Amino acid sequence: MATMPQTLFEKIWDAHVVAQEPDSPAVLYIDLHLIHEVTSPQAFTGLRARGLKVRRPDRTVATMDHGIPTYSPDLPILDELAARQIKALEDNCAEFGIRLYGLRSPNRGIVHVIGPELGLTQPGMTIVCGDSHTSTHGAFGALAFGIGTSEVEMVLAAQCLLQRKPRTYQVHVEGQLGRGVSSKDIILALIARIGVGGGTGHVFEYTGPAIRALTMEQRMTICNMSIEGGARAGLIAPDETTFDYLAGREYAPRGAAWDAAVARWRQLPSDEGAVYDKTVTLDAAALEPMITYGTNPGMGLPITGRVPDPDTLSDANQKLALDKALKYMGLRPGQPLLGQPVDVVFIGSCTNSRLSDLRLAAGLFKGRKVAPGVRVLVVPGSQEVKKQAEAEGLDRVFREAGADWRYAGCSMCIAMNGDQLQPGQYAVSTSNRNFEGRQGKGGRTFLASPLTAAAAAITGCITDVRTML
Amino acid sequence: MPQFTTLTSRLVALPVNDIDTDQIIPARYLKVTDKAGLGAALFADWRYDADGSPKPDFALNQPAAQGAQILLAGDNFGCGSSREHAPWALIGYGFRAVISTSFADIFRNNALKNGLLPVVVDPATHAELLELAEEAPGATLVVDLAAQTLTLPGGRAVSFPIDGFSKACLLKGTDELGYLLSFEPQIAAYEAVHS
Repeated sequence: MATMPQTLFEKIWDAHVVAQEPDSPAVLYIDLHLIHEVTSPQAFTGLRARGLKVRRPDRTVATMDHGIPTYSPDLPILDELAARQIKALEDNCAEFGIRLYGLRSPNRGIVHVIGPELGLTQPGMTIVCGDSHTSTHGAFGALAFGIGTSEVEMVLAAQCLLQRKPRTYQVHVEGQLGRGVSSKDIILALIARIGVGGGTGHVFEYTGPAIRALTMEQRMTICNMSIEGGARAGLIAPDETTFDYLAGREYAPRGAAWDAAVARWRQLPSDEGAVYDKTVTLDAAALEPMITYGTNPGMGLPITGRVPDPDTLSDANQKLALDKALKYMGLRPGQPLLGQPVDVVFIGSCTNSRLSDLRLAAGLFKGRKVAPGVRVLVVPGSQEVKKQAEAEGLDRVFREAGADWRYAGCSMCIAMNGDQLQPGQYAVSTSNRNFEGRQGKGGRTFLASPLTAAAAAITGCITDVRTML
Repeated sequence: MPQFTTLTSRLVALPVNDIDTDQIIPARYLKVTDKAGLGAALFADWRYDADGSPKPDFALNQPAAQGAQILLAGDNFGCGSSREHAPWALIGYGFRAVISTSFADIFRNNALKNGLLPVVVDPATHAELLELAEEAPGATLVVDLAAQTLTLPGGRAVSFPIDGFSKACLLKGTDELGYLLSFEPQIAAYEAVHS
């Protein structure tokens, strides 16, 4: 009997359903649970209160990234609350036998950077973390999504979650990217098209020649921001690019186990004729570098575009939202973004802090200087990225240009670690959220690619990087 | 988890679309190791001036909003981060239900696990409720979870959807971890085959 063609998502889902009662969510097995200091303490408190153990410490990996300062791991953490939260993670990991990449570990970093880097993230897995950007790991063809702290507790206790099956949404990207246009621009263009709630209830699968042509690091940037389009997860089918990236990494299988794994992973891509609940198509060749102008990632434009006019919107609530966003951002309807002065440039975050991101930025900084009065922060995603970047001399390029080179962490993406904007400041940021106050109370964020960010750092204003290449 | 059966309360409206979890509770308030006291940080950057005094024009600071347990918000409430501090802050403040046309997935899951009811209404009902909130500040609504109805001051009842599992958990105050742990034999059997 012929079986129904299945999507990548359906294959992973089916392989992880432990039980399913009628009119109830599925009991879904979780292969890898990543934890960090901010969303885990209350989960451990819950475990203790119920007298439970961590069911699979061997499938649980911890690091600290959100609250840690990026100036130096050797200086004391001045923020008492952040220090207490970090200490709580150290104590919890020690008590429950969980592997921790702690403050002084050479492998510490942003959780979504170190998972792939260590080879922990593998095709076909289910991966969760108390962090919405867990969608990053979908770049490997893993079903990866963010969960709340109650769910962190559930996974610690049972290695399973109760989940309703989401619907599927194919994002097909035709063509090839032009010069100066990157995977960050693909995802910003998608979200500008479908809106921040467009993917709610769905899992994205990114397909098409433009996606196939991307490196793993570029794919991670796209999957990372799936949640900004409302989808908890975003997947890319594994291929030779995926296998080449994983081969030889610390936790990747070796020898015969590697061959068996690759054979298994080759079965994962969506079958010919598999049906998605929804589909959208983008043309990579038509994309310009993208930039946001408002207070959510869906408020994005091609960089040569003009800020939209609320008076042209018919929906009263949308008009209100745009009015509010432009007021917060201090922008006028119809104004171009090119030439808009900026105070700060942030290159980092789980979206764009990997070695290739830093190489792109450094390529532009080489032989150039940061514009007077602009503060530039370059924050590698992990201590390993930092080490590799320094081995290539990228840190020297950044420093000589006048940028600040830091230790790994979430830094100014979340502004809960000392790195933040001052009220009213404008930043071009390679991170993922331009929500009000996200990078510091009153701070105003333009989201863009590392190339566009580096261009703004050099000119002191929003610039089309294609004119500088 | 606290039980949720019926709720009769005043309504407070925050008619903004795409209210993200960074607005519900800004990240600087996440440096905690427990859940208590987060109500004070709810909507902090919209609610307080730089010196910490309440902004008089913000909805929650209006006299008619005091004691309201039902929040009426714009489309796609709770988008953004996975922080469960968002429902903890809403509950800490005193809310038991949020009405919108849609909720972000992670927020909805987090809310349900904490006895905070996400009530989805159609755009026409949503518009009617917004009008009501503007014309009669502090108007009272009745939420009946068993019947899945929201009753407006005029007596008109509109029904709202909720999956049977979440409804049963809320009505009984059952927490989901207990239910999940009852699958121990199946989980062990799965692990025996898969790892």
